[in-house]
Amino acid sequence: MNRSYFDHNATTPVSSEVLEAMLPALTEMYGNASSIHYFGQAARKTLDHARKQVAAMLGISASGAKAADEIVFTSGGTESDNLAIFGVALPGIARGGHAITTTIEHPAVLAACAQLTSVMQVRVDANGSVDPDAIRRALTPDTKIISVMHANNETGVIQPITEIAKIAREAGIAMHSDGVQAAGKIPVNVRELGVDLYSISGHKFYAPKGIGGLFVRKGVKLAAMMHGGHHERDRRAGTENVSSAVALGRAAQWIIEEGPAEWARQQALRDRLEESIVDRVPGAHINGAGAPRTPNTSNIRFDGIDAEPLVIALDLKGFAVSSGSACSSGAAEPSHVLIAMGLTREQARASVRFSLGRSNTLEQVDALIDAVVECVAHVRKMAPAYA
Amino acid sequence: MPEREGTIAVAMSGGVDSSVVAGMLHRQGRQVIGLTMQLWNQRRLPELAVEGPTGRCCSIDDVYDARHVAQHLGIPYYVVNFEQRFEEQVVKPFIDEYLAGRTPIPCTLCNNFIKFDQFLEMAEGAGADRIATGHYARIDWNPDSGRWEMRRSVDRSKDQTYFLCGLTQAQLARTMFPLGGFEKSAVRELARELGIPTAEKRDSQEICFVPNGDYAAFIDSYFREQGISPDDTRGELVTTDGRVAGEHAGVHHFTVGQRRGIGVAAMEPLYVIATEPATRRVIIGRGDALLRSRMRVHGVNWISIAPPAEPIRAEVKIRNKHAAAASSILPSGDPAGVEVVFDEPQRAITPGQGAVFYSGDLVLGGGWIA
Repeated sequence: MNRSYFDHNATTPVSSEVLEAMLPALTEMYGNASSIHYFGQAARKTLDHARKQVAAMLGISASGAKAADEIVFTSGGTESDNLAIFGVALPGIARGGHAITTTIEHPAVLAACAQLTSVMQVRVDANGSVDPDAIRRALTPDTKIISVMHANNETGVIQPITEIAKIAREAGIAMHSDGVQAAGKIPVNVRELGVDLYSISGHKFYAPKGIGGLFVRKGVKLAAMMHGGHHERDRRAGTENVSSAVALGRAAQWIIEEGPAEWARQQALRDRLEESIVDRVPGAHINGAGAPRTPNTSNIRFDGIDAEPLVIALDLKGFAVSSGSACSSGAAEPSHVLIAMGLTREQARASVRFSLGRSNTLEQVDALIDAVVECVAHVRKMAPAYA
Repeated sequence: MPEREGTIAVAMSGGVDSSVVAGMLHRQGRQVIGLTMQLWNQRRLPELAVEGPTGRCCSIDDVYDARHVAQHLGIPYYVVNFEQRFEEQVVKPFIDEYLAGRTPIPCTLCNNFIKFDQFLEMAEGAGADRIATGHYARIDWNPDSGRWEMRRSVDRSKDQTYFLCGLTQAQLARTMFPLGGFEKSAVRELARELGIPTAEKRDSQEICFVPNGDYAAFIDSYFREQGISPDDTRGELVTTDGRVAGEHAGVHHFTVGQRRGIGVAAMEPLYVIATEPATRRVIIGRGDALLRSRMRVHGVNWISIAPPAEPIRAEVKIRNKHAAAASSILPSGDPAGVEVVFDEPQRAITPGQGAVFYSGDLVLGGGWIA
C-alpha cells in the first residue's frame, strides 16, 4: 500500500541533510563539550555553530558575539515550556506567582501553569484568536509570566504575539511564547515579536525527537530546573546533546534557506485540499478559517460525523491524519482547542486535522481529497454521529 | 447463507477470549482489524481504586495488553473513545434503574446500545464489513425460517446468551462469535498455540466499571461526584406486615432476594422482598414471600423465532446463574410484551433483570422483567 503522511504537526521525519549533518557528531565529534582537550573543543565548536544557526532562524543576528547565548538547548518543546514558566515564575515565591495564559495552549503550558499559585486562562474568539486586550484585563499585581502560543497545533491559527508582548513589556512582566508549531512554518523574529522567552522543538521541523530550544532574552532572570553542572550557562544542567543540537542547527539552516519557498508550496497544496473538500463534501467547514494560519495546517469539520471512524478508515487506505488529542489509552479526546473556540463536543468530535509537510506531493493531496470524499460519505452512511 | 466475508473488526478487550478471536481469524487469512473501546475512565471515582489486578476492563493495562496482542499478530489496531456514550447509555441508566427499584444488567445495556449498535456502526464506518467478539454464543443462519438463530455456547459454563438477548436480526447478520463452538480450555490452548502474550491472563468476572463487584459503593461514589447527598437516598426498612424495622442508606443497596447486609435482627432469615423507590422503602420478609409463578416481560426481542401468535412452551432464565425453568409464554398482542407462567414458583423474580427464553440450546428471545 502507498502510504502518505499528513500529520506533520505531530512530528516530522528527519530530513536527509539533517541526518547527514548529525552523523559525524555522533561518530567523530563525540567529545564532551565541557572537556578541555581537542575532542571536547571540537564538540564545543560544533555546538556553538549549531546555537548560532538556531539563533539565526529566530531572527537573532549572528554578528553579536554573545547573541547566540540567548539559546538554551533542551530536550524539546515540553521541557522548554516548563523551563520558561517555572524558571521565571517560581524563584523566590513559595509556590510561584500568577500566570496568564490561554484556553488553547498545549498541555505542556497548561499543566505547567497549573502548578503555580494561580493561573488565568484567557479565552479565544470563534476563530481561535486571543484578544490582546483580554490579556491586559487579566493582569494582576502578582502576575509573573504571560504565556501565549505563537501558532496553534490543531488549527494553525497565529496569535497576535507582538501586541501581547507589548502589553507584557509595559507591565514589566515576562512574556513567553510557545513557538513549537510556528518555528519552521512561518518567519519568526523574536526581536520583532518582543518576547522574553520562546520555545521551539526540533522534531516539528525535520530534526530528531529529543532536542529543542528555549530563547531566553539577555537580561531575563531564569532559574534552572535541572540542577547539576554548569552547562548552558547554568540554565540547564546535563551533558550537551551535541549531535541532536547539530541536527537542530542544520534543520534551522534549511528553514532559513528553503523555508519561504517550501511554505508557499505547502500553502498552495493546503488551499487546494481545503477548496476541493469544501466544494465536494457537503457540510465541510474549515475551523479557524477567519484568522491568519500556518501554511501547512487545515482543521476541517464534517457535519454529522464522528471523526474516529474517519481517521481509521483513512489510515486503512494509507492516509495518516489526526483528530483531537490522544488520552492515556490512545483513544481520541474531543479537542480542548476546538471547544475553547465555541464548538460543541459533537462538532469537536467531527473535526479532523490535516498537516502537510515536505514529503507531500500534488498527487498525494489529490488522492487524499478523493479518499476523504469517499470515506466521509461512507462514515455518514454507516456511522452517523451519536446524538 | 448471506455473505460472511470482507474485513472483520474484532472488539479486543485485552483478555484472552477476544485475543484468540483476533488470532484465529487472522490465521484463517481474513482481513482483521483490532478495535478497543475506551468505555470508562478508571481514574474517576478514585476512592474506589483497588490495588493489583482487578479483573476490570478499560484500564491502561488492558489497552496495553490488547495493543500488544495486535502487534504480535501484526494487525491494524486502534483505541476508540466511547466514554461519553457509555456513561450516558449504560452507567446512568444503570443507576436510574437501581433508583427506580429495579436491578439492572449493565452488560445487556452495553451489548444493546454500545457494542452491537454504535460500536458496530463505528467499525463499519471505519471500513469493516462485520464485527467479531469473544462472547460465548453461537449464531447460525436458518434457511428454512430465513432468520439468524442464536444458540448457547458449547461450553455451557461460559455461555453468555443471557446478556445477548437484545440482538436484532440486522445485528446478528453483521456479527460473529467465533468462540461459541469451543470449550474455554480449548480457547486457552489456542491462545498458547497462537503465542498470544495474554494466554494466561485470568478471566474478568465483574461488571467492568464496578470495582470488586460492589455496585452500591460505585453508585455512592458517583453520587458524591455529582453532588448528591446521602440524605437524598436514605429510607426505611419495612416488614411485609407493615412494621418499620430500621433505616437504610438507599434503595440501590438492595436487590430482591438479598439476605446479607439488611442489618435487622430476627428469629428467622429475612430477605429483601421488594424495593419501593417512590417512598424509598425497602420491604423485607421471610423467604417464602419471594416465590412467584408469573411475571410480565416487556421490551421483548425475538431472535430465533418470529413473534409467536399463540402460547408457546419454553425454558426461561430470570438471571444469569438461574437454571432456566419450564414455563409457558403467553403473547399479549404486542410482540414486545408477554406474560410468563412458570410450572413451578420461582424464587426472587427481580424487576429490571433480563428474562431469556430458551428451547434447549436455542435462544428464542428475551426481554426485561417488569
